[in-house]
Amino acid sequence: MSKTLIRGAKVLGGEPQDVLIDGGTIEAVGTGLSAEGAEVVEADGKVLLPGLVDLHTHLREPGREDSETVLTGTRAAASGGYTAVFAMANTFPVADTAGVVEQVWRLGQESGYCDVQPIGAVTVGLEGRKLAELGAMHESAAGVTVFSDDGKCVDDAVIMRRALEYVKAFGGVVAQHAQEPRLTEGAQMNEGVVSAELGLGGWPAVAEESIIARDVLLAEHVGSRVHICHLSTAGSVEIVRWAKSRGIDVTAEVTPHHLLLTDELVRSYNPVYKVNPPLRTERDVMALREALADGTIDIVATDHAPHPHEDKDCEWAAAAMGMVGLETALSVVQETMVDTGLLDWAGVADRMSFKPARIGQATGHGRPVSAGEPANLTLVDTAYRGAVDPAGFASRSRNTPYEGRELPGRVTHTWLRGKATLVDGKLT
Amino acid sequence: MQRHLISAADLTRDDAVLILDTAEEMARVADRPIKKLPTLRGRTVVNLFFEDSTRTRISFEAAEKRLSADVINFTAKGSSVSKGESLKDTAQTLEAMGVDAVVIRHGASGAPYRLATSGWIDAAVINAGDGTHQHPTQALLDAFTMRRRLVGRDAGLGQDLAGKRITIVGDVLHSRVARSNVDLLHTLGAEVTLVAPPTLLPVGVETWPCEVSYDLDSTLPKSDAVMMLRVQRERMNAAFFPTEREYSRRYGLDGDRMAKMPEHAIVMHPGPMVRGMEITAEVADSDRCTVVEQVANGVSIRMAVLYLLLGGNEPAVTHSRTEEK
Repeated sequence: MSKTLIRGAKVLGGEPQDVLIDGGTIEAVGTGLSAEGAEVVEADGKVLLPGLVDLHTHLREPGREDSETVLTGTRAAASGGYTAVFAMANTFPVADTAGVVEQVWRLGQESGYCDVQPIGAVTVGLEGRKLAELGAMHESAAGVTVFSDDGKCVDDAVIMRRALEYVKAFGGVVAQHAQEPRLTEGAQMNEGVVSAELGLGGWPAVAEESIIARDVLLAEHVGSRVHICHLSTAGSVEIVRWAKSRGIDVTAEVTPHHLLLTDELVRSYNPVYKVNPPLRTERDVMALREALADGTIDIVATDHAPHPHEDKDCEWAAAAMGMVGLETALSVVQETMVDTGLLDWAGVADRMSFKPARIGQATGHGRPVSAGEPANLTLVDTAYRGAVDPAGFASRSRNTPYEGRELPGRVTHTWLRGKATLVDGKLT
Repeated sequence: MQRHLISAADLTRDDAVLILDTAEEMARVADRPIKKLPTLRGRTVVNLFFEDSTRTRISFEAAEKRLSADVINFTAKGSSVSKGESLKDTAQTLEAMGVDAVVIRHGASGAPYRLATSGWIDAAVINAGDGTHQHPTQALLDAFTMRRRLVGRDAGLGQDLAGKRITIVGDVLHSRVARSNVDLLHTLGAEVTLVAPPTLLPVGVETWPCEVSYDLDSTLPKSDAVMMLRVQRERMNAAFFPTEREYSRRYGLDGDRMAKMPEHAIVMHPGPMVRGMEITAEVADSDRCTVVEQVANGVSIRMAVLYLLLGGNEPAVTHSRTEEK
C-alpha cells in the first residue's frame, strides 16, 4: 500500500504536525517529515482526530433497505468522519441470532467504508421475555460484545438482571434503552408545558429516570457494567452522577440532537423533530452539555435513525420516530461543546472515539494518533461554517432536523486503516 | 384575519370580536323566511372528516349551504384513507378538484396545522377539531353564547368578555374544547378557572392563562358561566378516577350544585352530554342550560368564519348584493 503524508494538521487540536501513514499504520508523527514517495494532503491547520466511533447506529439492513443499507449507512458514516459504527439490533429479522449478526458483520466488511460491529438483541425478537442466545452471538464471527433491545426497553427487572449477570461470562455489556413502557403509552413528545399546549401525548422524564435508577442499582447488586443509551434528561444526569460516585460501573451516551434541540421545535408539528427519547427542555440540554464536559456522560452517540420521506411527510402522530445523525454529529458537537468552550478537541476525541471504542471493545479503533497505531483518522475543517443541505447526504434518508441550519465544521478526509474513504469531502 | 383558522390562540381580541359581531349578523339571517346568502356562490368547501362527528359536520354543512357554497362531504371511513392513503394525498386529491376551503376534523393533534403549513395545498384550512389540541369554532360559539347571555345580544356588539368569570369542569387533559376556550376567553378578557381531578389536568397546565382548582363547590358561587366537559366512561379503566359514581359525586353538576351558582349564571356543554355522569338530567333540561342555543350559535359562528376567511371584504349581509369577484 502507498504512503500518505498529512502535512500541518493540528493533532487533537494541538500545534500543527505532520502525520505519515504507511499502509494501514501511522508510521510517524512529527514536524518536517519527508514526503518522499507519499501522497501529500495539505491539512493547512485543520484538526486531525482519531477516526470517530459510533456506539449507536441504525443501519436498517436487513429489512428496511428502503431507508438505509449497510453500504449507504457506512458511506454516511465515512462522510461524517466515522471509521467504526455499532449497528443496532432492531432490524427485520431482529439481530437476535448468530446468523443475523454475522450477516450484518459480513455486509460491513464488504462495504469497505467503515467497520461495522453488530449489536445483538438482549431478548428474542426484542420482546423482553426470553434471553436471546447472547453467547452464540459473542462467539460468532461478528464477536458481539454489546447487547441492546434499543427501540424497546428491557423493562422486566428480572430479565434485565439476568442479562447483566449473564454477559459477565464473556465481558459483554448491556446497553439499555431506558423507557418505562406503561408511563409512555401513546407518548408523542416530552411531557411538559409544550405537550400540554399542543395536545400531544406526554413522554415524561420520570419514565427514563426510573429505569436508569433501577438499572444502576441492579448493576451494582450483581457486579456488572451497564451502558445507558441516549440519556436525555437533567434528572438522568443526576442519577448517573450519583451512581458513578458510588463506584457503580455505568457508562452513558448522549445524542447530538439532545445537545442542541428542545421541545419548543415541536410547536411546528413537523415530524422531523419527532424522536425517541423526545427532545426535552432548555434546562435538560444545558445539563447534558455540562455532564458531557465533566465526564458524567461518557460519549456522544448518534442514534442515526433513517426513515423514508413518506414516514415523515405526514401528521405528527402518524410519523416515525428518529433522525439521521452520522453526517452532522461532529458539527453539532463543535457547535454545542467546542465553540461554547465546554470541551477542547482532545475532549471531542475522547467522547467520540477513545471512549466509545473502549465501551464497545472495538479493536483497532479509538487509538492515539501516534506511531505504530492503526491509521484510522479524521480531518476536520473547523473554520468552515455553512448551512446543512440534506441533498448532499450519503445516507439513503434525509430526515435531518438541521436542514438549512448553519453549523460549524466539515469533515474533509477520513482514513480507514490508511485507506482514504473520504477525500476533500467526497467519498472515494 | 388570517388565511386559516387553526387555533383559538392565533386570534387577536379584535379578530375574535369581529367574528362574534359578524356571527350576530349571520344569526339574523336565520330569522328570515329564506335563510340563505349568496356570499360564497361558486366557491367549494370540503368537509374532510377523519373522525366521526355528525353534529360538527352538520353544523359546518348548514353554515356552508346558507352561504351558498358548494359542499363536498368526505368521511374517512370506507374511503381511500382506510386503505392507507396519506393525509397529504387525500388533501391534494381534493384540491385538484378545485376546493377553496378545507374544513378538517382529525384525530391527530396538529393535522390541520400540517395541512395549512406544509405546502401540500393552497386552500384555506379551518380546524374543526384536532386530537386533543384545538377546536376553535367551538370556543368561538361558546364565547358568542356567553356574550349574548351575559352581556346582551345588542349591547354585546363590539364588546368582549372582560371580567366575566368562566369555570370549565371535567376532562381537561383530553379536551380540545378546554384548550381552545382557555385561549380565546383569556384573549377576550374573561377570567377562566379549570376544575378537574388532578389526573385529568395536563402536566404544564400551571403555565396556562387561567386558574386551576380541584374543588367544584367553592368555585361555583364565583362563576358567571359553568361549562361542563364530557367525561368518557373509558377513562375510568385507565385509572383517571376510581368509579363513575365517585366522579359524578365530586365533579358532576346536579340541581343542588347549580343552586350555588349566581342567579344569572348559565350552564354550558359542548355536547354530546353524558347524562348522569358530568351533568344530571335536571340541570341539562333547565332554562339555565344553553346546550341547544350553543348548537344554533354554532351555525352562525361557522358562517362568520367562512365568510371572513373566504368572502373577502364585501359586506356579508346588509344588502343583497350578488356580484362576485
